Amino acid sequence: MAPPATPARWLRRHFVVIAGLGTLAYLLLPNVVVTVFSFNKPNGRFNYQWQRFSTDAWTHPCGVADLCGSLSLSLRIAVWSTLGATALGTAIAFALARYRFRARSAVSTLIFLPMAMPEVVMAASLATLFLNMGITFGFWTILIAHITFCLSFVVTAVKARVMSMDPRLEQAAQDLYASPLQTFLRVTLPIAAPGIAAGALLSFALSFDDFIITNFNAGSSVTFPMYVWGAAQRGTPVQINVIGTAMFAVAVLCVLAGQLVGRRRKRS
Amino acid sequence: MTLTTTTGEPPASAGGPVPGPSEAARRKKLVPYWLLVPGILWLLVFFAAPLVYQASTSLQTGSLEEGFKLTWHFGTYADALSEYYPQFLRSVGYATAATVLCLVLGYPLAYLIAFRAGRWRNLLMILVIAPFFTSFLIRTLAWKTILSDGGIVVSTLDSLHVLGLTNALGITEGHRVLATPLAVVCGLTYNFLPFMILPLYTSLERIDSRLHEAAGDLYARPLTTFRKVTFPLSMPGVVAGTLLTFIPAAGDYINAELLGSTDQKMIGNVIQSQFLRVLDYPTAAALSFILMAAILALVMLYIRKSGTEELV
Repeated sequence: MAPPATPARWLRRHFVVIAGLGTLAYLLLPNVVVTVFSFNKPNGRFNYQWQRFSTDAWTHPCGVADLCGSLSLSLRIAVWSTLGATALGTAIAFALARYRFRARSAVSTLIFLPMAMPEVVMAASLATLFLNMGITFGFWTILIAHITFCLSFVVTAVKARVMSMDPRLEQAAQDLYASPLQTFLRVTLPIAAPGIAAGALLSFALSFDDFIITNFNAGSSVTFPMYVWGAAQRGTPVQINVIGTAMFAVAVLCVLAGQLVGRRRKRS
Repeated sequence: MTLTTTTGEPPASAGGPVPGPSEAARRKKLVPYWLLVPGILWLLVFFAAPLVYQASTSLQTGSLEEGFKLTWHFGTYADALSEYYPQFLRSVGYATAATVLCLVLGYPLAYLIAFRAGRWRNLLMILVIAPFFTSFLIRTLAWKTILSDGGIVVSTLDSLHVLGLTNALGITEGHRVLATPLAVVCGLTYNFLPFMILPLYTSLERIDSRLHEAAGDLYARPLTTFRKVTFPLSMPGVVAGTLLTFIPAAGDYINAELLGSTDQKMIGNVIQSQFLRVLDYPTAAALSFILMAAILALVMLYIRKSGTEELV
């Protein structure tokens, strides 16, 4: 028999739900503010206080100088560093998951360290290298820095997937006279694909949103996060919120669409 | 474990010279090295070598005009420590506070998603990662609006006398939250919360729910079940989550810069300004070396204490 409901008991029973949803609200509140303030028309240079409703920023998203240029630089860097980190990282992940070799633990440590280090340390040390080498800061230094810090995350994501794979599937393919290349392309790669995709997505997100490492290695190039950082000092145009909101909406729609497609495929 | 364990002879194409088994085996032995070489070389050149460069820079003396020379001047470390130890202590303090808050706030949500969400599980999961889709700098700036002086949040806290309490604790000042330690810790907590929730969720989700039933059958009250069964089994997630929160929080300088004042500067702010503004490379290098060593030591100690296995 369920004991009679009293407010205290009800609270105790639903504590996890209430506390969990509270945390979720804390996580999502800034996104709500960003969206609401994308319709603001601030009086001064800073968009921190609500004045009145306006869709100006939405109709002129590139209306401020350099904003869309920085966005395109960020996208280019994110695409190339995702490709680079995914290629290098997937190969390492396969070696770690599938083979025994000497220096295995040394390799594991080398992969782990970049993730166990605060970004400032990595940022400053890489910038020191570039300075000492006399390399000009710009697109290439940003790209190199991004591939370096994304690499370990790709390795971790792909390795987890490959480790959980049943090795008998590959043996079966070989027993059926598939060549090693065929086995890899038709069996191994499709099974590892979700892990590789996860690693690639993570790299893209990390690279696109990185500020600390970029700030040390960009020279005079300005990526989107660096633009926002500068804006926080000079004045924040509403267009920043528009781009933030649009990115959020597009990403959520993509995820929801993926879920729907997955569900329909499961059903049929 | 090797890739293939073929039964019998490898299928040979007719006619062509077949490599002997020993040669094929030797070639197979080289495969992992071919896979490793590009990536490892990359990390050696762009991750390990820079650390060596930085170590040597931290021992140089000189000025920007005359150039820096390696003089094995260890004094830089002592000077840096004695000048910036408040920022070091502050970083550790803020990062610890943020980590504890992340654990306290993140655990119920991870638990809710793992055990109580039912068909809402996927949606809740998406909502947890959703903030990542907006640049974290924009989201951190949004806290400036939320915590603005005289805004809804601050005036509510003020009228509930919460600010009086936090003022007494020394984490806020007067009638404002912005530019106080509370604002910086709030920002750090907010920014790294998903890094706590995701590993917690992963380890909670693996727990067999029959264990909960068994505990209930043995007359354990819900709280006892949590204390004796759920929490111990979620330890790998707790360890991973606290590390993933503490490390970036300790090196962060964004939250202190955007939400704090000069009194809340963390060690990341010092490294950044020494490197990019003052151009005192030896001090910046020494500071980041101390930070790295301190964090690695803490992490090692923590991992050993909590007895977790391989992390990668």
